[in-house]
Amino acid sequence: MTKLDSKIPAGPLAEKWTNYKAHQNLVNPANKRKVDIIVIGTGLAGGAAAASLSEMGFNVNVFCIQDSPRRAHSIAAQGGINAAKNYPNDGDSIYRLFYDTIKGGDYRAREANVYRLAEVSNNIIDQCVAQGVPFAREYGGLLDNRSFGGALVSRTFYARGQTGQQLLLGAYSALSKQIGKGAVKMYTRREMLDVVKIDGRARGVIVRNLVTGKLERHAAHAVLLATGGYGNLFFLSTNAMTSNGSAAWRAYKRGAFFANPSFVQIHPTCIPVHGDYQSKLTLMSESLRNDGRIWVPKKKEDAVKIQKGQMKPTDIPEEERDYYLERRYPAFGNLVPRDVASRAAKERCDAGFGVGSTGLAVYLDFKSSIERLGKKVIEARYGNLFQMYEKIVDANPYETPMMIYPAIHYTMGGTWVDYELQSTIPGLFVGGEANFSDHGANRLGASALMQGLSDGYFVLPYTMQNYLADQITVPHFKTDSSEFDAAEKDVQERINKLLAVKGGHTVDSFHRRLGLIMWDNVGMARNQAGLEKAITEIKALRKEFWQDVKVPGTNDGLNVELEKALRVADFLELGELMAYDALNRKESSGGHFREEYQTPEGEAMRNDNEFMYAAAWEYKGDDQKPELHKEPLIYENIEVKQRNYKTA
Amino acid sequence: MDLKLKIWRQPSAHADGKFVDYQVTKISKDASFLEMLDILNEELVNKGEDPVAFDHDCREGICGMCSLFINGRPHGPDNAVTTCQLHMRKFKDGETVTIEPWRAKPFPVLKDLMVDRSAFDEIIQAGGFVSIATGGVPDANSIPIRKQNADLAMDAAACIGCGACVAACKNASAMLFVSAKVSQLALLPQGKVEAKERVQKMVAKMDELGFGNCTNTYACEAECPKEISVTNIARMNREFLVAKLS
Ligand SMILES: Cc1cc2nc3c(=O)[nH]c(=O)nc-3n(C[C@H](O)[C@H](O)[C@H](O)COP(=O)(O)OP(=O)(O)OC[C@H]3O[C@@H](n4cnc5c(N)ncnc54)[C@H](O)[C@@H]3O)c2cc1C
Ligand code: FES
Repeated sequence: MTKLDSKIPAGPLAEKWTNYKAHQNLVNPANKRKVDIIVIGTGLAGGAAAASLSEMGFNVNVFCIQDSPRRAHSIAAQGGINAAKNYPNDGDSIYRLFYDTIKGGDYRAREANVYRLAEVSNNIIDQCVAQGVPFAREYGGLLDNRSFGGALVSRTFYARGQTGQQLLLGAYSALSKQIGKGAVKMYTRREMLDVVKIDGRARGVIVRNLVTGKLERHAAHAVLLATGGYGNLFFLSTNAMTSNGSAAWRAYKRGAFFANPSFVQIHPTCIPVHGDYQSKLTLMSESLRNDGRIWVPKKKEDAVKIQKGQMKPTDIPEEERDYYLERRYPAFGNLVPRDVASRAAKERCDAGFGVGSTGLAVYLDFKSSIERLGKKVIEARYGNLFQMYEKIVDANPYETPMMIYPAIHYTMGGTWVDYELQSTIPGLFVGGEANFSDHGANRLGASALMQGLSDGYFVLPYTMQNYLADQITVPHFKTDSSEFDAAEKDVQERINKLLAVKGGHTVDSFHRRLGLIMWDNVGMARNQAGLEKAITEIKALRKEFWQDVKVPGTNDGLNVELEKALRVADFLELGELMAYDALNRKESSGGHFREEYQTPEGEAMRNDNEFMYAAAWEYKGDDQKPELHKEPLIYENIEVKQRNYKTA
Repeated sequence: MDLKLKIWRQPSAHADGKFVDYQVTKISKDASFLEMLDILNEELVNKGEDPVAFDHDCREGICGMCSLFINGRPHGPDNAVTTCQLHMRKFKDGETVTIEPWRAKPFPVLKDLMVDRSAFDEIIQAGGFVSIATGGVPDANSIPIRKQNADLAMDAAACIGCGACVAACKNASAMLFVSAKVSQLALLPQGKVEAKERVQKMVAKMDELGFGNCTNTYACEAECPKEISVTNIARMNREFLVAKLS
């Protein structure tokens, strides 16, 4: 039935990766120079992979949208990165990190990939320290750890509230070293708009030079997409403004299956929406849940008074506060996984207990931690986050609780890849958030950075080499072939069409409307009627977009509106696929909550008999329904259970 | 609030630029500065005019992509924030706000308020790294580091590479940027091995790219959104001297 081969190596789980590496094909150093690789994206996954592949001797060409590889969205990660070092001696191990990740993902990720991730996690920390990443340390000079949601051990390494920045600057320094040597050619302010296939294999890309508007052709023996997640589809998200789904979407339309598109993560601790001019949402790191307690008023009257501005949170005495996470999940308390925390906040707000002027917020309170540890300690741990909160909201979290609400943050779904991180297009590899591989239906905090760097430093350099071993005799590709002509023509036509509409509404206005449809129907809680409605509405909106979008200017030069229009055009298609996927999955798992499938206490209810698979969608043409392929998930090393965060 | 805007418009790198006046009305004091520009741009697009080009991405004060010289100050009137974290409550109703790109020879204007800062990347490529390859490194805890040093290294590493220091400096000196990287690595044992070569190569590259000299006005520190300290410049000067003498 299925065309999917996950290529999981044989043997016991703990030996698979070692065995793979022992038997894989290698390329002799002198031959590596003959092989070209294109890397799209310079976040943790792309930056690390490009540097490592180049160090091995391959010719690497790298592309990114920003003006410098140092500015990829990974830079914004705050809280930390997981690893199974067990430095605090609290019982951590590779197996436990593997187990927590599978369980946190609600048993919808592939065992072998996740085990490998846990296995190489320790190498990542070693690598980063050797690069000079200034992780937080204890007075004895050794590395410090903190806890994150979904785990009972402290395994998160961090660099103040700027872990992503420091890790990315580490990868960027490795990449810069290779660029400086002339071993990597870096192309900034470029956006990839299509994949070029020759004889069924990925052999190049079409990119747009964002400064001149010129379309460029680049050829290679293999292409790596490390283009991040598509959370911006919702318009408001915690992602950077240029984060997009276009590279993965274009690959999908060229034959790369797209897996679990509806698995998106809604992060529980973001600054609530405050106005309709708002352009993005700001995350307050999950690490705050280590010391902050989440509550709403016990009495609805109090919540209403707060909403009307007649009462302050500090007026509400201890016994009138409902610490609902501690109440519902005594074992994990404020440190339950993100999907559980987000839904619990929504439940309280929907029931009328929300705070803030909109009633769509809950409190994150540091009062008891400040009393217990002192303001100094809290300041050292979270000072920059508190400062950021104050700049945005104009309220001082040392004195009054923060207000938070869930927001779109991360996409677990992405391009389907096998164990080698190769998509269904041979020669097209996908790493980092852009692939679907490791987090199942929900990602644990501090695990995206781990996955990005695992893919980039330790997995792709091996697996891509395995693929490239028989490519050394294939000469460098020319870009004047008919395949490149056709792909460039497609892109040019898409651009011309957008510029020709000359309609009455801006790109952002369409994007906002798409975001609302998605948030209301394909967001934190979904049901059949809502999803069907979303599909109809997205189709209609897409039609309207192509008849009425207004893209000023031309293609000759910098044109930000055109860039946005190209991304939103793709989002308008991807959104529909997300709704299909959510409709197909008649169960609740992780971030995918179908209201029809819940326990009497309102917890997510999986259906393992029917849905223990990754849903990989194949493009069948613009007006055709995509075809579903199922990759069954087989758990040989873990007992599949209902997730339970009430008792340890 | 209502504001008058004077914005630098320049169609492309080689074209001439000039200030153009705009008006925005009913802006919320809780909006960010860039959201105010979004509103202006949406109006311009609706009128069929070319929107104002400016760099930005994370809008969280960390990627270093946003710039803007606002009322004569890089990143505007608030201290210790980037333009994307600047909020309209820092302005007065009816105020005139002048918005320019970074003005520095090594950062040529690409369009309107966008400049080319690739010179910073070139300086890092000259030596802002530890020359190790992936794999084969020791266990992370086999290199204990004094917490005080790790913290100082982190203070320096917090630089976001936005270029405000260069824009603030009358000489367009990049000393604060370069010294932050040199300091971070000089403070850590991992970076010590190549410390001499690093400082020499990075300083030589900085000079080659046309950044000016440091005359100790400390405008860079005053305008740095991440409050990177000028003590890094002193440390770099020491490193440079030691490298020369040995
Ligand atoms: C605010 C925030 C905080 C976070 N905090 C944490 C945390 O504490 N711990 C954790 O583990 N995770 C965290 N995450 C998640 C994590 O940061 C991301 O999942 C991860 O960094 C993604 O890395 P990446 O390399 O896959 O992609 P990205 O860093 O998103 O990089 C994508 C790259 O692709 C390029 N690109 C994209 N499309 C194209 C195209 N068409 N053409 C050319 N180039 C393109 C971009 O320019 C960029 O260089 C956080 C996320 C957010 C939003
Ligand atoms: S947009 Fe990233 S720092 Fe301002």
